[in-house]
Amino acid sequence: MVSIGIQFLVAIGMLVGLLIILLSSMWLERKALAHFQYRLGPMRTGYHGLLQPIADAMKMVVKEMSIPSGVDYIIYTAAPFVVFIPAFMVMAAIPFTSTIKAANLNMGIFYVMAVLSISTVGYMMAGWSSHNKYSLLGCMRSIGQFVSYELPMGLSALAVIMMAGTMNLNNIANAQGCTWNIFNWYIFKQPLAFIIFFIALNAEICRVPFDLPEAESELVAGFHVEYSGMRFALLLMAEYIGLFTLCSICTTMFLGGWYGPVLPGLVWFFIKTFSLIFILFWTRSTLPRVRADQLMSLGWKILLPAALVNVVITGLLIMLKIY
Amino acid sequence: MAIKTTQFLNMGPQHPSTHGVFRMMLELDGERVVMCQPHLGYLHRGIEKLAETRTYPQIIALTDRLHYANAFQNELTYCLAVESLLGIEVPKRAQYIRVMMAELSRMQNHMIFFGALGMDLGALTPFFYSFKDRETILDFMEEISGARLTFNYFRIGGVKEDLPEGILDRIVAFTQRLPKIVDEYEALLSGNEIFLSRMKGISVLSKELAVNLGITGPILRSTGIEYDIRKAEPYSSYEDFEFSVPVGTKGDNLDRYNLRLQEMRESNKIVRQAAERMPDGEICAKVPKVIKIDGEGYFRTETSVGEQGVYIIGAGDKTPYRIKFRSPAFVNLQILQYVLPGVLVADVIATFSTVDICMGEVDR
Repeated sequence: MVSIGIQFLVAIGMLVGLLIILLSSMWLERKALAHFQYRLGPMRTGYHGLLQPIADAMKMVVKEMSIPSGVDYIIYTAAPFVVFIPAFMVMAAIPFTSTIKAANLNMGIFYVMAVLSISTVGYMMAGWSSHNKYSLLGCMRSIGQFVSYELPMGLSALAVIMMAGTMNLNNIANAQGCTWNIFNWYIFKQPLAFIIFFIALNAEICRVPFDLPEAESELVAGFHVEYSGMRFALLLMAEYIGLFTLCSICTTMFLGGWYGPVLPGLVWFFIKTFSLIFILFWTRSTLPRVRADQLMSLGWKILLPAALVNVVITGLLIMLKIY
Repeated sequence: MAIKTTQFLNMGPQHPSTHGVFRMMLELDGERVVMCQPHLGYLHRGIEKLAETRTYPQIIALTDRLHYANAFQNELTYCLAVESLLGIEVPKRAQYIRVMMAELSRMQNHMIFFGALGMDLGALTPFFYSFKDRETILDFMEEISGARLTFNYFRIGGVKEDLPEGILDRIVAFTQRLPKIVDEYEALLSGNEIFLSRMKGISVLSKELAVNLGITGPILRSTGIEYDIRKAEPYSSYEDFEFSVPVGTKGDNLDRYNLRLQEMRESNKIVRQAAERMPDGEICAKVPKVIKIDGEGYFRTETSVGEQGVYIIGAGDKTPYRIKFRSPAFVNLQILQYVLPGVLVADVIATFSTVDICMGEVDR
């Protein structure tokens, strides 16, 4: 009974913590983007606009959720949850430190990959049920994108799994675990896998240069063009949660998780994760968007073969007992 | 029964990247465009008709509203047309001021182009870079004419007011800085691998088609035809200035983009020469109090979009009998239905952006 109570508290704590992370990463994105562009960003709500995300969230919650006529009602209303819940579920597998974690899953990475691909269905539902040609194009693009980038992502993760000999994210972090010697991190042992994983991650969460499903200058807003109010907020939140969860998995797999000198583990974890998130903001402010066919050819013709070769080389090195 | 495999997409007039209220009817096969049909007229304000009820000096304010991002060049075309019909000789100082303003206007128009193109391709930052620099030019314009968008500064026979003190030095200082600014733009976008792959070889316009459609301006020059009215029929003392006309080779999106960046550098040279060699003297010729025109005439200039023409028919009255503006963007828009079939939806936006239109001018 007590253990169930503790688990419940952990879950609540995670939810609250995640919301704080979510809001702060929204604020961080707006500020980072603004400063890249000679702007100040939000300045009026709170100190340097710190309360701006809360004001935005309030606006979203209070707004009317208008439903256009002609939508497929059940699918339309269900889609935001199908997108949001899997993105949230990924959180369960992330080890923030050796002790702060929701579940110690033996199939950690496998679970993450499996759950992530559920949200693809949600995107498809949203795009299809809206009965809008822009959202239809957006959902077509998102399906193609997710399908073709999950493969290189999984294969680049496979190389890490082979080296660590486990799918447990906790153990993967422990395998790189060393307080001072950062060259134990898999980013140095598997640089190619890291690059592929990071590009695929960028595509998975649909950020510039891979923001084709939304592509506001082409498809207006892509698959969520007909959503408003809280439903839109859920889709948006799923995106930011995806940003955080995937970056933290990347941290765990390649950057040694919570291990680091002097500072406590949790701090190191957040420093590493937010550095990765910052790189994504940086890319967003610099690069134009790729085209749908270029995206496909990058995924299938470059990333996938490279990931396969990487797996083979890793296997050979392990067989020869070099690693 | 044959199954229809294409879908029809109505892009615009409410769409974030149609630069106003342009509308394209697209027939799509998946994401590939099969057919494109442009539709115009959502911003029609009847400027030509309105001009028939205005006296000749009053029409200058209307021409500001044609290409509203490029108002000086419209004013220039109109004033030159009236002056040529009246046979007025404009003082050299006024001519130089006009050229300087027109070229500053061209530079800021190309800055808007650069920013909007980046925006349409999904890169947000170029917009802010170029608008920051455009602000400097707008500040000059505000100081000189008193307005930032619709200037109403040129007059028939000259300009409204003389230049404020010390502005020429600041303009020269700015022109010294501009090459670096353009270098910065090129560093930001031109060398980018994604940008190149999005622009190279997309929507190629052939020389023959460009000539047959009557395309002018940077789009014509991007196909390799060296035609610039500033060189072919110099007006307002353009023959005094040294500048070259950049020419493209392929006529694709990338050429149209590169050409405009080069044009900024060339315009910069003209502005600098005009500011450095600014002659003293009158700023406005002796013009009759009431302007009446009997007869008709056409005058054309090279604006940043292409050949801007004004055709005036006067019946000896204070107001024109009929006035016609040949707007370059209206003619240039024709290329869309020829170059778009076969490209993807994403390229539709990019191509449309490189045509660089302003709906105020297209619909008039």
